[in-house]
Amino acid sequence: MTYAMDGLPTHRRVPDLVVLPGTREELIAVVRLLAALGLPFVPRGAGTGLSGGALADEGAVLLVLTRLNRILQIDAKNGRAVVEPGVVNAKLGAAARPLGLQYAPDPSSQTACTIGGNVAENAGGPHCLKYGVTANHILALEVLLADGSLVEIGSPGGESWGPDLVGVFVGSEGNFGIATRITVRLTPLPRAVRTLLADFTGLRTAGEAVSAIIATGIVPAALEMMDQSCICAVEDSVYAAGYPRDAAAVLLVEIDGRNADAVVAETEVVTDLLRKSGARSVRCAATEAERERLWQGRKKAFGAMGRLSRDLVVQDAVVPRSALPYVLETIAGIAKHYGLVVSNVFHAGDGNLHPNISFDATDPGLKLRVEAASAEIMEACIAVGGTITGEHGVGIDKLRYMPLIFDAESLGAMQALRRVFDPEERVNPGKVVPVHACREWASAHPGAPPRGQPSLARAS
Amino acid sequence: MTILEKVTALLGEGAVLEPSTDRVPRVAPGSPDAVALLLGTAHQEGWRVRIEGAGTWLQSDAPADLALTTRRLDRVPAIEPSDLTATAEAGIGLDQLRQQLADRGAWLAIDPPGLAGRTLGSIVSTATAGPLRHGFGPIKDHLLGVTFVTGDGRMVQSGGRVMKNVAGYDLTRLQAGGFGAFGVIVLVHLRLRTLPRADVTYVLQGAREDLTQVGEDVAAAGLTPAALELVSPALARRERWVLAVRLAGSPALVAADEAGLGAASGGGRFAPLRAEEAHGFWMRLAEGFSVRPVTFRIGGVPTASDELLDLLQHQLGDEWISASPAAGAIRWTGDTNIDRMQRLRRTLAGLEVPLTLERAPWPLRGAVGHFGAYREGVGPLVAGLRRTFDPGGALVVATEGS
Repeated sequence: MTYAMDGLPTHRRVPDLVVLPGTREELIAVVRLLAALGLPFVPRGAGTGLSGGALADEGAVLLVLTRLNRILQIDAKNGRAVVEPGVVNAKLGAAARPLGLQYAPDPSSQTACTIGGNVAENAGGPHCLKYGVTANHILALEVLLADGSLVEIGSPGGESWGPDLVGVFVGSEGNFGIATRITVRLTPLPRAVRTLLADFTGLRTAGEAVSAIIATGIVPAALEMMDQSCICAVEDSVYAAGYPRDAAAVLLVEIDGRNADAVVAETEVVTDLLRKSGARSVRCAATEAERERLWQGRKKAFGAMGRLSRDLVVQDAVVPRSALPYVLETIAGIAKHYGLVVSNVFHAGDGNLHPNISFDATDPGLKLRVEAASAEIMEACIAVGGTITGEHGVGIDKLRYMPLIFDAESLGAMQALRRVFDPEERVNPGKVVPVHACREWASAHPGAPPRGQPSLARAS
Repeated sequence: MTILEKVTALLGEGAVLEPSTDRVPRVAPGSPDAVALLLGTAHQEGWRVRIEGAGTWLQSDAPADLALTTRRLDRVPAIEPSDLTATAEAGIGLDQLRQQLADRGAWLAIDPPGLAGRTLGSIVSTATAGPLRHGFGPIKDHLLGVTFVTGDGRMVQSGGRVMKNVAGYDLTRLQAGGFGAFGVIVLVHLRLRTLPRADVTYVLQGAREDLTQVGEDVAAAGLTPAALELVSPALARRERWVLAVRLAGSPALVAADEAGLGAASGGGRFAPLRAEEAHGFWMRLAEGFSVRPVTFRIGGVPTASDELLDLLQHQLGDEWISASPAAGAIRWTGDTNIDRMQRLRRTLAGLEVPLTLERAPWPLRGAVGHFGAYREGVGPLVAGLRRTFDPGGALVVATEGS
C-alpha cells in the first residue's frame, strides 16, 4: 500500500512488484535485467510527488531509489556536490550549511523528497523566486537509460558537451531514464534575512501588492500568499503560525542577501509598499524562532488542509503575475458556483497557484462537481496566458490538460524526444504526453519495436 | 525550375534577397509559417539550408543550396512590463529589442558577444552569454519558451509565457545552444527584469594573478555584482589585465555593494567609469569577439580558471580573452588552425572541461565542429536528436565536425 499512491490521494495504482536496490551497481543490474525481459519500470523517490507520476501502471516494475542516499562529494570551494538520487533534499541542505552553502530549491516536501525526484520533476519551492528552480542548480548527471547503458551529460563547470542534455533531462518526469549521480550547484548562504507577514482584507489588494513589489525591481527571496480558508486550516492544526484568522489573505515576504545593509534598505522599501498597497498590518519576524514558525505554517499548509476532508485535489497552474487578482476572484466565483471549499496557498511572486479543493470522493455527486470546477479553474488560468503546471509535473493527473496548451505537432515532438532516450517507451509509461493527441513523428530509431508493453504477468 | 524560382513561387519575390558572396540564394521568410513552408519544401526537395540571422556573428559560409535568414522576423508581439515578460521574433536585433524594452522600463539581462544588432535567434541558438552571466545566469535562464521549425518543416511550441512551467518536456533547452541543429527558432518568450535603477561599473588594472585574487575577495566579501569579468589587455585596450565589476539593481543594493568594493580590493583601487565610459567599455568588449575569425568558450569549475587561462596562453596565446572566473566561463577569440583546436579540445576533455566552438570559418568549423569530445553515451543521443528534428539532414550545422 505504501507504494500505491504518491502525495496526491486522488490516484491509486498497486504495483505488481517493488524493487529497492541498495547500490548503484544493483540498480544497473536490475535495469539491465528489465531491458533483457522487455519490461517497463517506474523510478520512484520518496513518493511525495503531486501528479501521480511515480505510480506503476501497466504491469510496470516500481524501482524505489531511496536506499541510494549517499552524498558522494561536497566541493565547498567550487560550490558543488555530487549525490545519489535518493538523498533527501533537506539532508543535502543540512550537509552544506556548516560550509556556508545552501542547496536553494526548497519544495515544501523537502524534509522527505529526494534530489532524484526533484530532478525528475524540476521541483520548485518558495525560494525559487530569487534562486531559480531545480534546473538552475543541476550541472551534470550520470543517467541510466532504459536499455541499461550509462550516459554522462553536463559538466561540473556547467558548460555542456554538445546540446544542453541536462536541461532536457531535468523535468522529464522519469521518462528519459534514471539519474544515478547528480552534480548540483551549491550557493552561498545569505548573511541577512528579513521575513515579513502582511495581511489584507481583500484577495484583490493582496494580488495587487504582489505586482507592486515585482515592479520595484527588488527580487524577494520568497513571496507567498495564503487565503483565508488556508489560514484557518493552518491555525486549526498543530502548525499554527499566528496568522490572523480574519484576514482575506496574507503575504509572506522574505528579503535576503549577502549584504545586511542592502537587506535592511530593501525591507524598508517593501514594507512601505505593502502598507501603501492596502496591507492592514505588516509584521517583521523579530527572532529566528518566529521566522521559522511563520514558514512552518506555509510549508505545512498542504498537510493542514488534508484535515479538512478525506480527499483533496491539488492544482498547480501558473498565470502571468498581473492576472493574479482577476484569477483569484474567478476561482472564488467557481468555488461558489459549485458549492465547494477552495483553499489557495501559492507562490505569488511566480504566479504559481495551488488552488486546493477539499471533498469527500465517496459522494459521487460531489466528485463530479469537483471535477467540473477543477476543469473550469484550469481553463480560466489558460485563458489568461497561463500553463497547467509550474512545479508538480504532468504525471497522469494533468495528462488530459496537455492538449489545451500544446497542439498535436508539439505533443508529437515531445513524444519523439522521449523516444531518443527510450525508444521502447519502457520508463514510466503512460505519463506526461497523451499519446492519442500526438501527431505521428518518424521514429529516431527505425528498428524500435512498436509500442505496446509486455507486462510483468506476461513475462513471468 | 531552379531553386530560386521555386522559392519565389512559394514565398513571393519579396522573400528573395541578394545572394551571398558565395552566390548561394538567400531567402528571408516573412513569418514563422513561411519558415515552416520553406523548410518543409527543402526537406522534400533535398535542399541543404544554412541559417543566418543578421550575418554579424557566425560566418555565412557553410556549403548549402539555400541561405535562410531570419532578418524579416523582427516583430515584438508582446512586452508585458508588469509581468516582466516579452515575446519577440527571432530575427529582431538585440539593440532594437533592448530599446523597445527600455521604453517600457524593462530589461533583458544579457550582454552577448558580437555586434549590437545581432539577432535574438542567433544569441539563443548559440547560447552565447556575456559578462552578465555572473549575476543573471546563462542564456537559458532568460527563456520561458520558444517556437521553432524542424528541419522537415514542423512548427513546434515549447514552454510558455509564465515564470514557471514544467508542462511537457523541455524542448526550449534543446534549442538554446543547439546551434540550429534541431530546428530554426522563430519566436522567443523572454523573462525580463526591471530596468536597474542603479548601474555602475568599476575597473581595476593589474597583473592577472593579482586581479584573480581580488575577484575572489569580492566574492568572499558577500558582494553580488551583475558582472565580474577578467579581460585581457588587448581586448580591454589597456596596458594590463582588467578586472571589471558591474553593479546593477536597486539603489540600496548597489550603494551597499559600492561601499563593500573598496574594502574588498584592499583600499579602493577600483576606478569608477562614467556612464558613457562604462557603456563603451562593455560594448567594445562584446564587439571584440566578432572581429577575429575564431571564437570559442570553455567552462570549468571556478578554482580551475587560472589553470585554464594558463593552458590557453600556452596552446593558443592569450591576446583576446575574457573570463568570468566565479562562473567558470572563459571566452577566447583569435586566429588558429584545425590541429590546434582539436588538440586543445582533447586536452580540455581530459580535465572535464567542454569546449564549444562559437564561430569560425567553415573549413575549421566543419572539421572541428561546434561540439565534440563527448562523454560516454552522448554521441548516439545527439545523433538521435538530429534524426528526430532534422530527419532529412536539411539544416547545415557543423555539430561534431568531420
